[in-house]
Amino acid sequence: MEGTGHIAEGRPTSRLPALAIALLLAAFLLAPAPFGKPAAAAPKKVLTVATNGSVDSLSPFLAQRVLPTEVHRLVYDFLTNYDPKDDHAVPAMATSWSPSPDKLTWTYAIRSGMKWSDGVPVTARDIAWTYNLMMTNKDAATANGNFVANFKSVTAPDDSTLVVVLGKPQATMLALDIPVAPQHVWESHVSDIGTFSNDATFPIVGDGPFILSAYRKDQYIQLDANPGYWRGRPKFDQLIFKHYANQDAEVQALKKGEVDFAGDLTPAQFNSLKGAANITLNNGDGKRFYALAINPGATTTNGKPFGDGNPALKDPLVRQAIMEAIDKPALVNKTLGGFGVVGQGYIPPIFSTYTWSPPATETVGSDPAKASQLLDQAGYRKGPDGRRTTPDGKPFTLRLYGETQRAEDAQNATFVKEWLDAIGINVSASIVDQATVGDNETAGNYDLAFDSWLVNPDPDFVLSIQTCGARPATAGGSFPGDNFVCDSTYDQLYAAQISEYDAAARAGLIKRMEAQLFTDRYVNVLYYPNTLEAYRNDVIGSMQMQPQPNGIYDGQDGYWSWWSATPGAAASSSSHVGAWAVVAGVAVVAVVLAAVVLLVVRRRSTAQERE
Amino acid sequence: MSAAQLAELRHTFALDKPVVVQFGDYLLRLAHGDLGVSFQYRTPVLRLILEHLGATVYLVGTATLLAAALGLWLGARTAWRRGGAADRANTAIALTLWSVPTFWLGLILIVVFAVGVGPIPGLFPTGGISAPGVTGIFPVVADRLAHLVLPCLTLVAVLYAQYLLIMRSSLLDEMGEDYLTTARAKGLRDTEVLRRHAVPNALLPTVTLVFLQLGTVVSGAVLVEAVFSWPGLGSLFYQALTVPDLPLLQGLFLFFSASVIVMNLLAELLCPLLDPRVRTG
Repeated sequence: MEGTGHIAEGRPTSRLPALAIALLLAAFLLAPAPFGKPAAAAPKKVLTVATNGSVDSLSPFLAQRVLPTEVHRLVYDFLTNYDPKDDHAVPAMATSWSPSPDKLTWTYAIRSGMKWSDGVPVTARDIAWTYNLMMTNKDAATANGNFVANFKSVTAPDDSTLVVVLGKPQATMLALDIPVAPQHVWESHVSDIGTFSNDATFPIVGDGPFILSAYRKDQYIQLDANPGYWRGRPKFDQLIFKHYANQDAEVQALKKGEVDFAGDLTPAQFNSLKGAANITLNNGDGKRFYALAINPGATTTNGKPFGDGNPALKDPLVRQAIMEAIDKPALVNKTLGGFGVVGQGYIPPIFSTYTWSPPATETVGSDPAKASQLLDQAGYRKGPDGRRTTPDGKPFTLRLYGETQRAEDAQNATFVKEWLDAIGINVSASIVDQATVGDNETAGNYDLAFDSWLVNPDPDFVLSIQTCGARPATAGGSFPGDNFVCDSTYDQLYAAQISEYDAAARAGLIKRMEAQLFTDRYVNVLYYPNTLEAYRNDVIGSMQMQPQPNGIYDGQDGYWSWWSATPGAAASSSSHVGAWAVVAGVAVVAVVLAAVVLLVVRRRSTAQERE
Repeated sequence: MSAAQLAELRHTFALDKPVVVQFGDYLLRLAHGDLGVSFQYRTPVLRLILEHLGATVYLVGTATLLAAALGLWLGARTAWRRGGAADRANTAIALTLWSVPTFWLGLILIVVFAVGVGPIPGLFPTGGISAPGVTGIFPVVADRLAHLVLPCLTLVAVLYAQYLLIMRSSLLDEMGEDYLTTARAKGLRDTEVLRRHAVPNALLPTVTLVFLQLGTVVSGAVLVEAVFSWPGLGSLFYQALTVPDLPLLQGLFLFFSASVIVMNLLAELLCPLLDPRVRTG
C-alpha cells in the first residue's frame, strides 16, 4: 500500500458530496408539511381516531375482531342499543318488546321510517332475513351465530313486527349484538357469504349513524355521516379510523394533531401526555377483568379426568392460601401504575348492575401468616429449607403460565412467584407464546395461569364459560370454557338467571354466581385495568362517555361517542396540501435540478481543463 | 365449539388426512399457484401477498438503492483516503447507525421530523403510506413521497454501512495493484484513476451484496414497517405471526425464500457480464 498517500494527494472532489447533500435535502423537502389530514374539495369536519386494531373482514357475518365490530356498530343498526349512562338496553330498531307468558316467544315492534343509505326502507323483514340466514347458513353464523343458537324461528308477520320463538327461555334477548344487513343487497352474496368480505364497492349500504365510504387494508377506514339517521345526524362530517401498528407513534400523532383520539394507552404513554397542549385525558373504568386461574383438575363433560394439574389444588385450603399470599393492591400499584381497580367480583365495576363485593371479612391485601397457617392446616409442612412438601412427602411445586402477548403477565408472574415463594411454595413461571399457553390449557397441563376476559353489558357469555357444560366433550379437545370449573351450585344459578326475565332478580342471581366463584377460588380476579384514552380538545368539543361518569369513549357498547362528538374550534380538514406547499415543492425540485445541472457542467469543464 | 364442528373444521382444512397426503395436496396446489387461504382474512394467501408487495418494494427498494449508492460512494471515498479524518468519521458514523436499534431510530425520527422539536417543524406524517381522501396527481405524488421520507431515511441510515465497509475493503485490496500506478503514470487525474480503474474492480463483491440485499427486499423491514405502520409484507408477516395464521406464514416463507434464491441467481448471472475474468475462466 505504499502508493496510498501519493494517490490521495489529488484535489478533493467536492462535487459529489454536494450532489448527495442536495439530493438528501430534496428528499427531506420534496413534500413539505402537512400530509396528516385528508384534502377535500369542501371543508369537512373530520374526526380521526387512531387505532391499532386490524380488520379480519368487513362482512357483518364474518368480522370477529374488535375494530370491524366497532365499525359495524356505526354502519348497521341493531335491534337494541345500550344506554350511554348505565348500559341498560334501550330502543334502536326495536321501539318496544314483550316476551310471551311462557317466556318462549319475543315480539318486537320495529321502528318505521328508517331507510338504508340507498333509499330502500328498513323493515322487520331485513332483520328476520339476517337472523334466519345465520340460523340456516353455517358460514353466515361465523361471527354472531351464538346469539341465534337457541332460536327456533324468526318471522316478520309485517314490516313493523318481528317475532322470535326460542327453544328455551333466554334472558339476553335485549342484548342481541347482531348487525342487521340489508336483504336486497346481501341476497346476491348468500352463495359466497363465507368469503365475501364486503369491501368491493363503496359506499357500503347501511343504516347506522355513519356510512362506510372507503377502506384501505391496514391504512384507514373512512366513514361519512349518514344525514338521514333516525336518531340524528352525527355532528362530524367524516370519521376516520387510522391504522397505527406502533402505539408510541400513535401518541406522537396525537400530540401533533394528525389524529384526534388515541385509546388503549399504556400507563407510561398516558403519563407522558399529562400537561400536553390541547389534550384531554380520560382515565376510565375498564371492561376487562384480569384473573389468576387455578386448575381444578381438568375433566370432560362426562367427568373423566385428564391433564397433569397438581392434585393439591383440589384442596380449598391450598387455593385460599395461595390467594391470601397474593397482594392485589400491590399489583394494581406496580403493574398498572395505579391505573386499575383491585379485583373483587367476576364482573368489572363498570357494569354497576352486576357489581359484587366480597364480605368485609375477606383479606383485601395479603396475609402471608394466614396463608402459612392454612397450608400447615392442610398438611403441607415446611421442611428445614423453608420449602413445603405435600402430605405424601413430595416437594410442592406449581407451574404458572402467562402469555408474552400480554405485557402485564411477565411482571405479575414475578410478583406471584415471590409471594408464593415466601410461604414455601415453589413456583416455576413460564411466560410463553399465546398459542403455547392455549395448548397447555386445552391439554389440562397447568397449575396456575393468568386469564383475562372482556365483559359485555350482558355478562351471560363470561358466566357461561365457567359452567360444567363448557368443559370439553373429549379429553384434550378444544372447549368453549375457560378453566374446567364445574360447580353444581353455580350451574343451577346459571340456569336460573338465563330464564329470569326480571332484570333486578336476574342481577341478584348473577351476584350470587360471583359469590360462588369467589368462594371456589378457581378463577380469582386480581384487578380490572382502567381504560386510558386521550383526545384533542381543540378538535373534539364534547362527546358522550359510556357509562357515566367514569366510562370510556372508544370501544363502547354502542355508538355514543362518535355519534355525539361535537367539533371544537380547530376541527376541520384544514391542514390538507395547501397551495403554498405545492409552490414550495416545485421550488425545491427546481433548486435541486439547477444544482445538479450546475455540478455536471462544472465537472465537465474542470475535467477538460485538467486533461 | 362442539365435537362435530371440530370434525368439520378438520375436514375443511383437510387435517383429517394423513400428513403425507396433506403435503402431496399442498405441493399439487402449489404447482397451480394456490398457496391456500388465510385463517384470519379468509382470503387467498397469494392475493394478500400481492396486495402488500407493492408497498414493500416501494419502501425497501428505494431505501436499498439509496443506501447502496450512498454506501458505495462513501466507501470509495474513504478507502481512497484511508486513515484520514474523513475516513475515520465516516466509518464511525456508519457503524454507529448500523448498530442503532431500528425501531428506536424510527421513533426518534418521528419525534424530531414528524412531530417537531423546538425550531424544527413537524414536516412529515407520523405513519402510513398515504393519507385518506387526497386527490389529484401532484397532491397524491407529494403525499406518497412525504410518507416515504422517514421510513426510507431510517432504513438507509441502518443499511448503508454494510455497502460502505465492503466497498472500502475491496477498494483497499485494489489500491496496492500495479495497474493503478500504470494508470497514474499515463498522467490520468487522480479521480479518473479511482473512477475508471480502481472502482470497477472493487465493485464485484459489492454487486453480489446488493443482489443478496435485493432478495430480502420483499421480506421487508418488519421493524421499520411496524414503527411507521407501513402496509407492506413485513406488517402482514407480523399480523400472521400474532394469530398464528399458518397458511399465510407458510406462503410468506415460501415467497421470501424464493425471492432470495432468484436474486442470488441473478447475481451469479450478472457477474460474468461485469467481470471478463469470470467469463473466460
